Amino acid sequence: METIAFIMANLPVIGQRMLEHVSLVGVSVGVAILTGVPIGILITQSRAWADRVLYVASVIITIPSIALFGILIPVLSLIGQGIGYLPAVIALILYAQLPIIRNTYTAIMNVDPALREAARGMGMTTLERLRRVELPLALPVIINGVRSAVVLNIAIGAIATYIGAGGLGTFISRGISQTDIRQLLTGALSVSLLAIIADYALLGAQRLMTSPGLRLR
Amino acid sequence: MIRLEQVSKHFGTMVAVDRIDMEVPTGAVCVLLGPSGCGKTTTMKMINRLIPPTSGKIFLDGKDTTGVDEVSLRRSIGYVIQQIGLFPNMTVEDNICVVPDLLGWPRAKSRKRASQLLDMVNLDPSVFLKRYPKQLSGGQQQRVGVVRALAADPPVLLMDEPFGAIDPINREVIQDEFMKLQAELKKTIVFVSHDIDEAVKMATRIAIFRDGKLIQYDTPDNILAHPVDAFVSEFVGSDRTLKRLRLIKVTDAMMSDPPRVKAEDTLETAVRLMDEHGHVSVVMVGPRGRARGVVRHEVARDLKGLVGEHQEPLPGIVNIKDDLRSAVSQMFTHGVTWLACVDDDGFYKGYITQKSITQVLGTTYRDR
Repeated sequence: METIAFIMANLPVIGQRMLEHVSLVGVSVGVAILTGVPIGILITQSRAWADRVLYVASVIITIPSIALFGILIPVLSLIGQGIGYLPAVIALILYAQLPIIRNTYTAIMNVDPALREAARGMGMTTLERLRRVELPLALPVIINGVRSAVVLNIAIGAIATYIGAGGLGTFISRGISQTDIRQLLTGALSVSLLAIIADYALLGAQRLMTSPGLRLR
Repeated sequence: MIRLEQVSKHFGTMVAVDRIDMEVPTGAVCVLLGPSGCGKTTTMKMINRLIPPTSGKIFLDGKDTTGVDEVSLRRSIGYVIQQIGLFPNMTVEDNICVVPDLLGWPRAKSRKRASQLLDMVNLDPSVFLKRYPKQLSGGQQQRVGVVRALAADPPVLLMDEPFGAIDPINREVIQDEFMKLQAELKKTIVFVSHDIDEAVKMATRIAIFRDGKLIQYDTPDNILAHPVDAFVSEFVGSDRTLKRLRLIKVTDAMMSDPPRVKAEDTLETAVRLMDEHGHVSVVMVGPRGRARGVVRHEVARDLKGLVGEHQEPLPGIVNIKDDLRSAVSQMFTHGVTWLACVDDDGFYKGYITQKSITQVLGTTYRDR
């Protein structure tokens, strides 16, 4: 009851934190798509490079988020950005790489070799093949990777408050330091709600963007 | 016309294709035949440079393909694969229009073409244009696969075991449809197969490969009648003479201008006619010449009266356009040694006997 009263009284602040959180996740995943998808496509050309890139991305995702934020502080201090929004976004971009690169790579590799041969035999260039055949076929799986990245980053984004990046994590950290169960619950509930909404929204986007011919059984 | 000159392909130290020389005349269907790993598919894929030749030259209509950009080369050659390879993300219409779109045809033109092509393979455009490949049966998919290769009207078609994945009943139907289409379009076709029956049915010329070498390149009838070595004769099968039955039409083995009687003729006339020709029976025709029945010598010689009163039903008839395979099958079915041959309208044109078939098949063996 107390928590509900707290939420009702602080709606504008919650809204602002929510926006900060969405901005952190949106920007980081946006950039991660722009880097991860091309990397995922490129590494389909070489098994050895694919193994290396996926290995590095897997290692990055195992670094505890607090530790990664910590590592970035001295590095980014050099340009006067040791704490705040920039290190948080950079860390989140790194975390988002694995799901996006891995799903892109797997999806392209799983395209039926017969389709690739048909495309080549009909005179498509590599780029035409990618645009007309491979990417449309891989798209549902790539979007699944983006969904994982978004949910992952919404969770990790809650920790970014410790380096002053704001977001919904602020309620959680204050709730802990002030032993205020209302703030703690507000933070936890809003982060969960955001994750659920984002996941369903992307699922809808995936349905819309997938060719009807692929949805058929 | 496609010409291969001393074309070879080496994969490392393995020689997949060894100095092939061959020429496929314009409008011909050339079937590359052989056991798996014999180099037939590699040879075909070198024509559109999906596999670059190690040495040798390939000419299309006299033009060396080495100098042609491989993407535009492939767009000018139709390509059909066994797995069909329709793009599941595209509608049937978009699949057919892939090459026209790559070539930058106006949309209206390519879409109209797609609709015409579907009609040609008996798929209703209003039903199928907007469907996706997964909504089609295997046979329908392969029909679309074939017309997709024809979309930009290429003079040359490469087909890699195109009917191999289709069940035997549908395969026959699609083969027949395709032959009808080809009779109209007269494309130059290189067709890879491992099925001798398919080759005999489709080919104007058959090329038999073994271990990367072209062993024999000839018409189907010559391949069956005169295999150059033990490998070829074993490959075409010990029943190769029976296979030749498919290649010869009834007209070629038929005795034309046969004696005939009408219902109002007397039996005496019939007997005299049979004696003259040394036959044991004679066909009775209707007023305008349609085959109606038969009078046998042993019946007619002891009786008096008219042919119409003593005729018996014909034991078997065969269309003059059928091949000898159907004729022989009819003979065995009805247990007879001859058949009356009629045209599409039922007019009596001649008769065919086991002896005449044996003679036709035997001619080529005696010639050599």
